[in-house]
Amino acid sequence: MTLLRAVAQRLLYAALLLLAVLVLNFSMMHLAPGDVADTIAQSMGGADSDVMARIRSDYGLDQPFSVQLMRYIGNVLQFDLGYSFFYNQPVTSLIFSKLPATLLLVVTAQLLALTVGVLLGVYSARKQDGIVSHFVTVFALFGYSAPVFWTGILLLIAFSLKIPLFPVAGMIDVTVEGGFFARFIDLLRHMVLPVITLASIFIALYSRLCRASMMEVLGTDYIRTARSKGLSTREVVYKHALKNSLSPVITLAGLQFSAVVSGAVLVEAVFSWPGLGSLALQSIIARDTPTILGILFFSALVVIVGNLITDLALRWIDPRVRSRT
Amino acid sequence: MTALLRVENLRIELATRLGVAPVIDDVSFELAAGETLSFVGESGCGKSMTALAIMGLLPDKVGRIAAGKILFNGEDMTQASDERLRSLRGNDISMIFQEPMTSLNPVFTIGEQIAEVLRRHKQMDKRDAWKRAAELLDAVRIPDATHRVGHYPHQLSGGQRQRVMIAMALACEPKVLIADEPTTALDVTIQAQIFDLLEDLRKDMGTAIIMITHDMGVVAEMADRMIVMYAGRKIEQGDVHTVLDHPRHPYTKGLIACVPHLVATLDEHRPPLTEVSGIVPGLQEFGKNECLFASRCDRVVERCLRERPTEQRFDKDQVSACWQANTL
Amino acid sequence: MSGNTNIDQARHPAADAVAMFFKNKPAIVALFVLVLIIIAGLIGPLLYPIDPFDMVWAPFGLPGEDGFILGTDYLGRDLFAGILHGTRVSLQVGLTAALMTVLIGVTVGALAGYFLGWVEEVLMRITEFFQVLPTLLFSMVIVALFGASLPMITFAIGLVSWPAVARITRAEFLRIRELEYVTASRAAGAKNLKLIFKVILPNALPPIIVQAALMVGSAILFEAGLSFLGLTDPNIVSWGQIIGSNRPYILDASYTVTFPGLAIFITVLCLSLVGDGLNDALNPKLRQR
Repeated sequence: MTLLRAVAQRLLYAALLLLAVLVLNFSMMHLAPGDVADTIAQSMGGADSDVMARIRSDYGLDQPFSVQLMRYIGNVLQFDLGYSFFYNQPVTSLIFSKLPATLLLVVTAQLLALTVGVLLGVYSARKQDGIVSHFVTVFALFGYSAPVFWTGILLLIAFSLKIPLFPVAGMIDVTVEGGFFARFIDLLRHMVLPVITLASIFIALYSRLCRASMMEVLGTDYIRTARSKGLSTREVVYKHALKNSLSPVITLAGLQFSAVVSGAVLVEAVFSWPGLGSLALQSIIARDTPTILGILFFSALVVIVGNLITDLALRWIDPRVRSRT
Repeated sequence: MTALLRVENLRIELATRLGVAPVIDDVSFELAAGETLSFVGESGCGKSMTALAIMGLLPDKVGRIAAGKILFNGEDMTQASDERLRSLRGNDISMIFQEPMTSLNPVFTIGEQIAEVLRRHKQMDKRDAWKRAAELLDAVRIPDATHRVGHYPHQLSGGQRQRVMIAMALACEPKVLIADEPTTALDVTIQAQIFDLLEDLRKDMGTAIIMITHDMGVVAEMADRMIVMYAGRKIEQGDVHTVLDHPRHPYTKGLIACVPHLVATLDEHRPPLTEVSGIVPGLQEFGKNECLFASRCDRVVERCLRERPTEQRFDKDQVSACWQANTL
Repeated sequence: MSGNTNIDQARHPAADAVAMFFKNKPAIVALFVLVLIIIAGLIGPLLYPIDPFDMVWAPFGLPGEDGFILGTDYLGRDLFAGILHGTRVSLQVGLTAALMTVLIGVTVGALAGYFLGWVEEVLMRITEFFQVLPTLLFSMVIVALFGASLPMITFAIGLVSWPAVARITRAEFLRIRELEYVTASRAAGAKNLKLIFKVILPNALPPIIVQAALMVGSAILFEAGLSFLGLTDPNIVSWGQIIGSNRPYILDASYTVTFPGLAIFITVLCLSLVGDGLNDALNPKLRQR
């Protein structure tokens, strides 16, 4: 099967990319001033040079770089990203406890941005001088130019401080009682502002691109053919044109995954969203190097998986990609 | 005989940067059931515009029908609702285009693209439409049709794609098929095959064909009657043999002289091949009350620059719009 | 219009582009505002010599009251002085990081697009590798591990932002290297370096210039994001840092985040508009219409 082969190829490449991330991680840890021994000594309230030397040999820090690197990679393969002395927890379990919150934010925002962006783009491509089209132009400029944390704060001031529609911070309210449904509604209420904030940048991006690609597609010969077959405008636009104009938008969305994760860091900070971004910030302040690098590794993993899904979506949409392999 | 399609005093205006230009200027003609009518002329003469107008597919906001009627079975299509036009399009009147490489949607299988027409106009269900699509592919002589029906356009050659277009256009057995330069983008050997195919299908289904071309050779081979267009105007009309035999417009004469096998038989003396010198006037010249061919004509007289030639009728319904038609 | 072309009107393409740019009203206005912002950044602090770190008044002094145009923050520091001093930081980081981005990106993209083969393969894999790391998180890590000095922040931003420039440059090189005048130069015996810098690069510049303008904007946003998170030199005022430090007090004093945010927004918006204007002016396909 060509599909299986393509997926296997991508997975192999993804694994190589992750390996590269590990090498980078380890090199940075090595280059940065201070090491694990310093951290441990610090958490013990200081240690003399004998103790330091013992810690270093315990942790293998006295071994050559390549040996340490191989051991680090070996550990990661066993899902061991090191130990956080700040949180007193293995980094992996720490990250797994925060990852779902970030994934929820990132995936919802990306899906919302794609849906709204495509709808706005298609609509404004059909009514090029209409209000929506001008709105897309202005909105796109705003989305490019407004710092996302500022947008978030403004939304927070407007919709939870001045008009208290949505909660100020966090992901769930522990005081909410009731069954699954009540808690689900509570989660949704917490999600509204962060998701909209994060999506706003990408809605701007996608709607502008979708409008451009839709306009191009609407001028093609095969759209003229579709019209000559007597299809309704709806069929022509939403069946024949949309599927073709989606490819560039999805390609762009794939490239944006890393930006979405970056944006999520800021949005999490604004809305105290308990995800990887908040964790990253805390561990940076606490100088908790294993956790910081673990987060970098996992966020790269999120981006790689996102790219993988994008590739598969493109294959599904465009048969020409399929036969190219 | 009542005409199947009758175009009366059609005027199409195109909005350009320099103002509104009549790309079709007072053109009338008739198409009888089952006949092949050919439109000839250089590019930019308004042949394709006429076709798009009949299909109701003039580019939005840019082109519009300013005057005239397009009567199909007596019904004026310039007055018909969008809904009504859509029900005719692809069903009673269909069209194939010049560019087979880009005229099929790259992201749908060819089977789906053919079946779609059948579902739209013949209310067939998915399975029947798909089966019929395979039969149609077979009818347009695509080998291994039942297998090919699931292929995408990029897996087919240019000639095969044009066959798919023909299958799609003929799926509902239309009364009129408009073929806009259907072979211009194809190899010469493929051209002949496509023409044979069209001719056979016309005989089988009795579909009338409007064949748009710039190639006099195609006209001689395919058409019963022909109309010569120049700068948005009909300048000559008649049955193919009469016109080729005795053109009554200097432009037609020039076009015929461009084609070697039309002017020479083996035992005859071959006249030198010529070309029509000069180019078609720009859009801003269209619509002037003068003969637009005058600047390229070797028989120009003073009246040509002063007054647009009226149509003059000759034997066998030959029509010419030239002040000098009598002397030709 | 008649068909004859007036030869006197044939001008240098750059002159055409400038003329085209100045027909774009939003772009001119944006350029004008940008010049004002740059002037403010350069000489503003001299004309308004209030130290942005000094507690000059009571906290949360409202804008316009007591002679403080934009009011005071939670520590009673003059907000206007802060924004004025922050201008220089933002512009400096934005320009330097964008320069670094362009230098790395153009080098990588040009080498990949010119030499093809394994050079391209290796360089593009490296580019893809950098695109896999979430930019902000990666630069946070760099700043966290190696110190939050302004040069390190600039370096971090430049290091994570270049892949976009590299991709554009490579695409342009791939396109241009096949054109006839390049083949002609090659046939005439031009060396690789000459072909890259004298023949292909000048023709590849338009989209790179546009991207560079956008890069300055994105670097400013980047710096603002980092300093909003507190990952900045504590001895330097910057727009993002003002927003970050006043963030807890938005209920009482929303203007302390609104104004510095506006400063970022307007600056980046102007850069985007100028970038759009440059794009229209430098894109010959559009110009023919």
